[in-house]
Formats: sequence, structure tokens, C-alpha cells
Amino acid sequence: MTLIATDDFKPTTAAAPAAPLVRARRGGRVRLGPGPAIPFGMQLGSLLLVASWVIGSGLGLIDPRIFSAPWTVADAFRQLIADGRLQEHFGVSAWRAVSGLVIGVAIGTVLAVIAGLSRLGEALIDGPIQIKRAVPTLALIPLLMLWFGIGEQMKIITIVLAVIVPIYIHTHNALRGIDNRYVELSETLNLPRWTFIRQVVLPGALPGFLLGLRFAVTLCWVSLVVVEQVNATSGLGYMINLARTYGQTEIIIAGIVVYAVLGLVSDAAVRFVERRALTWRRTLSQ
Amino acid sequence: MAPHTVAIDDLVVQTQNLHRSFDGRTILDGLNLRIARGEFVALLGRSGSGKSTFLKALAELDHEVTGSGRLDVPENRSVVFQDARLLPWLRVLENVTLGLTGADDAGRRMLREVGLTGRERSWPVELSGGEQQRVALARSLVREPELLLADEPFGALDALTRIRMHALLKELCARHRPAVLLVTHDVDEAISLADRVLVLEQGTFVEDLSIDLPAPRQPDNPRFGQLRRHLLTKLGVATH
Repeated sequence: MTLIATDDFKPTTAAAPAAPLVRARRGGRVRLGPGPAIPFGMQLGSLLLVASWVIGSGLGLIDPRIFSAPWTVADAFRQLIADGRLQEHFGVSAWRAVSGLVIGVAIGTVLAVIAGLSRLGEALIDGPIQIKRAVPTLALIPLLMLWFGIGEQMKIITIVLAVIVPIYIHTHNALRGIDNRYVELSETLNLPRWTFIRQVVLPGALPGFLLGLRFAVTLCWVSLVVVEQVNATSGLGYMINLARTYGQTEIIIAGIVVYAVLGLVSDAAVRFVERRALTWRRTLSQ
Repeated sequence: MAPHTVAIDDLVVQTQNLHRSFDGRTILDGLNLRIARGEFVALLGRSGSGKSTFLKALAELDHEVTGSGRLDVPENRSVVFQDARLLPWLRVLENVTLGLTGADDAGRRMLREVGLTGRERSWPVELSGGEQQRVALARSLVREPELLLADEPFGALDALTRIRMHALLKELCARHRPAVLLVTHDVDEAISLADRVLVLEQGTFVEDLSIDLPAPRQPDNPRFGQLRRHLLTKLGVATH
């Protein structure tokens, strides 16, 4: 191959400056992270949903017998609060949910730590939990009713059983995922077992635990709804069930709204705790 | 090999006929080593020579390894790893004093010695690689160890940071006087820091060399070059 030097050689791109070969994207390089947060972006979809309810009812597109208008539901709320029914049922439901959640979380965490730190513990605990995981908690309700009657005990135990599973699964998984290098480090520092658990194991498993907690909170409300509709004489589920008997759509919706708010508020609470507890992390979401 | 004679009561480390094997493969083949109080020993070796296995044996971190031989190491020893190995969920000072009680003041003093005053409340993720390794050094030295085991502690740092860390480590060791076993594959690092350099090859020591260089050990010193060539030859690297 021979190279011939010519005086009039010019790079080809210089000949056509107006037409770049590659169109530059605005902002240059492709961004792979999700990008900056949209203000109130998380609420956008939900607001659209509520807005379509308001507009649909206002224009008469939604039959009030099937789905009451927002203002009818608001009236129902006012009345329920005025005669104290909502507070009473809410209190009972909240008590069931919180006690079930607290007991379930405690049991799930302890089981996860035992299974995570000892091979024998894992051999004894993991199998039964996996079986429990395969059986829907709600399928156990008839059995639980036979054993514990139809009182508060049965309801709280049902919630506890539902909550244990996600807490155990995620905490145990996170425990097993703790970097072995940290275990090695702890050995070189001669950490006593309890210090090791408190300073290395539990904080290391915290992200998993909190993820499990988010699932647990949701499951706790779901189980609550079911146990209160199966057999109860008080609580939000009972209130809703009673409204169904009398065809009071607006009270049913009011009850559902309370459930929704409870679910959202508790999820937000867990996420708030998550942000506070995991400030040491730098992840995609920040 | 130059013989090393040290008074017995001044020994910090003593190994006799130390064997370690893994999956039937011999890694350490009858190692004898004595390290005196305050002595700075560098251990050179190619990858796979068994130098990390030896350090793990001295740190008693080799649970899954079969072995024999006598091993005397002090209870009060600490390890600096190649990665800083800070717990990401503990702040800098908490990492330094991990496992100690009432050691906050000592931890703060140690952080000042490694030049990290004012970073006590930082999270490890907020520090640069060099700063993280300085925290790891502080964590090791705050325990006033008799023996400091360092496994390629500067291997992951950039060249400039490494030079600064060499000076820091030298200064800290001169002040706290632990016996040091520094595992490295960097011949210059070994010569500029150590009183004595060992070369490990296929599980046995093939060199035990006292470094007789005066204080500012500069690579442009002809004696430095001589030692360097000698050690590189022992490591099986041809030099001209």
C-alpha cells in the first residue's frame, strides 16, 4: 500500500460541517440511574386515580349504587366519627394489628438470628418456616378457630403467623449475605459473641429486616381484614361486613379508605425508619 | 541465609516446622520464623507462594486448613487487610474503637495520629481509599498490639497515596513499636520499610535478609538498587 501525500487533503467531516454523523443527545452521555426525583412524583398516580373518581361521580358516569361518590363517602365518615363508631372499630382493629405485628416481628427476628448464626438452628428452623410459607395463613384459619376459638387470641395468632414469614425470610437472607470478610475482621478483633451480634450481624441484616418489615406490615393488614370478616363483632372488617348486609356502599368504601390510609401510612413509616437507619448507604435512589 | 539470633524472652513470634496444606496440596512446608519485639519484617513472595496463608496462620484465621507445627503468637495482635474492611454502618470513630469499651479518647488520639481529626463522625463511604486505610491502621494500633499483621495493606491504593502511607506507617511503628509482619509483593515497599526481608517461595523461605540501609531510604541509593536486584532475583524476576 502506498500513501500519496496531497496538498488538498482535508478530513471529510470538515467538508460537511452542517451534518454531524452522530446526532448528539441532549445532555450528552446516557444516564443509567433513574435520574433526579420528581417533586411529589410518588403521589402523581394516586392523585390521578382519585381525580377520576371525583370527576366520574360528578359527571354521573359512575353509578352511586355501585361506587358511592366521594362526597357521600365523606358524609358517611362524618357520621361514623360523630357517633363514635369509626373510632371504636378502628381502635379494636389497630390493637389487633399492632399486637400481631409486634409479636410476629419479634419471633421472626429471633428465629432468623438463630438460624443465621448456627447450623443446627438453621436445620431445625428453616424447614418448618418454608412449609409455613407454602401454606397460606388464611387456609389455617379453620384450624386456628378450632384450637383457639373465635376470640381475640385466634385473630392475633393468625396475624402473628402471617408476619413471621417475611420477617424471617428477609432477615435470614440478609444475615447469610453478610460479607465473610466482616466475620474475619471480628475474629481478629476478638469481638465477644454478643458484641459481634449487636455491632456486625444485626446492622448488617438491617436492610433485609426492613424490607421484610414492609412486607410484614402489608400482610398484617391483609390478615386483619380476613380475620375480621370471618368472625368478629367489632373492628373495621365487622363494620364493613355489616354495611354490606344493609347495602351501604358508602360505609364499605369508607372502611376501605381507612384500610388504604393505614396501609400507606404504615408503609411510609417503615420507609422513614429505613431512611433514618440506613443513612450510611449510598444507593441509586439517592 | 543470614542467621538470626534473638534472646528468647524478646520473641514475639515463633514458628517451628509450620506446615499447612489445603485440599492435599502443601502450601507451607515447614516454616521456621522468629520475630523479635519491635522488629519490622517484610514478607515477599509471588502470588501463590503461600504468603497470605502464612499470615492467616499467624492471625489464626485458618479454620478450614489442615496443618501442624508449633506456632507462638501473642494474644494481643491485630490485622490490617488489603481492603480497609470498615463496617459501613459504623462511623469512623466507632470503627476504630469496635469491641473496646471506654476507648473513645484513645480512638480520637489515634485518629489524630493518622491525620483524620474531624472525621470521627463520618461514614466510611464518605472517605477516600487512602483515608479508609488510615482508619484501619488506627483501628489496629489503638489496641497497642504486640504484633501487627498487614496483608498487602497498600495494594489497592494509588502510587502517590501509597508513598504517603509508607511514611505514615513507618512513623507510627517507630512510635508504637509493635512487631510487624508486612506481606507484600512490592520489593521497593519491603526495602524502604523493613528491618528484615523474607522471601517465600513454594512454601519455604528462600531468603532472610537484614536491610542495612541508613535512615532516608531512597531508591536512588546504590545499595537500595543492589538489594532490589538481589530480592528480585530471589523472586525469580530476571534483572539487568
